[in-house]
Amino acid sequence: MKILVPVKRVVDYNVKVHVRADGSGVELANVKMSMNPFDEIALEEAIRLKEAGKAEDIIAVAIGPRRSSETVRTALAMGADRGIVVHYEDMIEPLAVAKILKAIVEEEAPGLVIAGKQAIDDDCNQTGQMLAALLGWPQATFACEIEFEDTHLKVTREIDGGLQIVRVKLPAVVTSDLRLNEPRYALLPNIMKARKKPILEKTPADYGVDCRARLKILHTNAPAKRQAGIMVASVGELVDRLKNEAGVI
Amino acid sequence: MTTLLIGEHHNTAIRDATKRTLSAAKELGDEVHVLIAGYDCGAAAGEAAKLAGVTTVLKCDDAMFAYPLAEPVAALVLGLADEYDAIMAAASASGKNVMPRIAALLDVMQISDITVVKSATTFERPIYAGNAIQTVETDEPKKVITVRVSAFAAAGNGGSAAIKTVAAPQNPAMSEHVEESLTPSDRPDLASAPIVISGGRGLRSQQNFQLLEKIADRLNAAIGASRAAVDAGFIANDRQVGQTGVAVSPELYIAVGISGAIQHLAGMKDSKIIVAINKDAEAPIFKVADYGLVADLFEAIPELDRELARLGY
Ligand SMILES: Cc1cc2nc3c(=O)[nH]c(=O)nc-3n(C[C@H](O)[C@H](O)[C@H](O)COP(=O)(O)OP(=O)(O)OC[C@H]3O[C@@H](n4cnc5c(N)ncnc54)[C@H](O)[C@@H]3O)c2cc1C
Ligand SMILES: Nc1ncnc2c1ncn2[C@@H]1O[C@H](COP(=O)(O)O)[C@@H](O)[C@H]1O
Repeated sequence: MKILVPVKRVVDYNVKVHVRADGSGVELANVKMSMNPFDEIALEEAIRLKEAGKAEDIIAVAIGPRRSSETVRTALAMGADRGIVVHYEDMIEPLAVAKILKAIVEEEAPGLVIAGKQAIDDDCNQTGQMLAALLGWPQATFACEIEFEDTHLKVTREIDGGLQIVRVKLPAVVTSDLRLNEPRYALLPNIMKARKKPILEKTPADYGVDCRARLKILHTNAPAKRQAGIMVASVGELVDRLKNEAGVI
Repeated sequence: MTTLLIGEHHNTAIRDATKRTLSAAKELGDEVHVLIAGYDCGAAAGEAAKLAGVTTVLKCDDAMFAYPLAEPVAALVLGLADEYDAIMAAASASGKNVMPRIAALLDVMQISDITVVKSATTFERPIYAGNAIQTVETDEPKKVITVRVSAFAAAGNGGSAAIKTVAAPQNPAMSEHVEESLTPSDRPDLASAPIVISGGRGLRSQQNFQLLEKIADRLNAAIGASRAAVDAGFIANDRQVGQTGVAVSPELYIAVGISGAIQHLAGMKDSKIIVAINKDAEAPIFKVADYGLVADLFEAIPELDRELARLGY
């Protein structure tokens, strides 16, 4: 079985982004970029399935600006077998990403797609579900455990109130939650080896997908700043202020 | 022009999320219909019909929806979609699961996790863990929107909507529910509780969360947590507050033994009053706190409990 893992290049999760003063967006120049953390988790799961003999071929796909190939290289160093980079310089919406992924799935015929549950830049949480819909495949989102059962997957999902186990028929789309696994680091020898692994360079036009944005972003602003607070000296003072000053208890 | 709101409920009652999403839906200015898809869900449909501003409740009562899975719910909504200009749901685990599936089948872009309705076509939503706020305009033929529950007040009662029964779709039968393990709780819903007390890695064990339970009992608060506390198994996954967990904005948020990472702040910095209790005076959580207390939580929390008891809470 092949597994397809979409990996997005995003601002590193440790970076506190700055909003441009003119409202045009977030400053991306000279900012540390990394693979979306949920995609590292998705990829790790794919690699573990391969190590367990359930999969032979892992394809990492990134859609985005030229340097997305670095993200695919990282995926190859972690353990993906080959990469595809679909170049697109502008912001791209989940629906267009899902359409490109659908076209790739139709070419590559993977038995499973594992995506991240959410890209930590746009915070959309849409792409995996959209891909499943476009393919007419079942979906198992927010996965914290995956069990392979030949023709099916048993997936434990993080839901409101606790956990749910679903069984989906393969092929399927799974999206990873934080507790699925702890992703490995790419080791130096593997980084060297990854340089030899093949990466296919593509454009959205190759897949006949129109990536023009459907939604119009009018402006992007910094959030309202909170007023500076005070330090209290004791629990007694805290309770007194909550009761008599803030009036919240 | 009509909006279809996909109601959240547990068959016998609607969830608070439905009432709050309704407030957002009403701001679009159109008539609102509520869909209750469930099994033995007459009571939930009845409750939805009483909400002020709902003109019709669509009830789909079928064993298929005993545990609503994304594929059959999307099939049901798609069958109804012709009649509607907008489809809305809470940005809860279930809304996030099903709505993009519906959007893709309608070939429209979803607007996720809105916090403000500026006009019927313009919305605000946080991106980058709430470090930027995007104003988004749509001219999609149908609007598919998920709503950040904590950003809207709950709609009240006062309506008397007609309840219409709709037929269940053919079950796509690609997935099946196996089992569910929910953590029973008598506490208010985390996303809408007026008071939330959250614990982090500083709590050190599952056992120690009982310290917070005591305070929560006195204040009728919901219990939340940081990712580190959930990852360490101190508390259930659905308690995670943050960018990739639940967003809350209570009247009072008490963060105990939580450092205040960007991802955690994303889920709670819109709270009205924030209290931070941390032994490290440099912890970033103090930058967003209205009241900060530098203390060892294992002394401060029992003392807080005694102080609240003394005052009759
Ligand atoms: C993709 C991604 C998504 C994430 N999503 C979320 C999310 O949704 N929500 C979230 O919370 N995090 C999220 N995180 C994790 C986040 O980056 C932090 O790692 C996490 O919030 C830290 O949790 P913490 O504050 O409990 O732990 P720590 O950062 O370890 O802080 C523990 C704090 O407890 C204090 N402390 C220790 N002992 C005591 C004591 N005895 N008394 C008083 N204080 C004490 C310490 O001083 C310290 O400040 C995410 C991370 C990633 C990469
Ligand atoms: N441009 C992209 N390139 C590759 N994968 C993507 C891209 N956008 C989204 N994805 C995948 O879809 C997931 C969810 O993204 P989103 O719907 O944007 O929150 C991510 O975790 C990735 O696995």
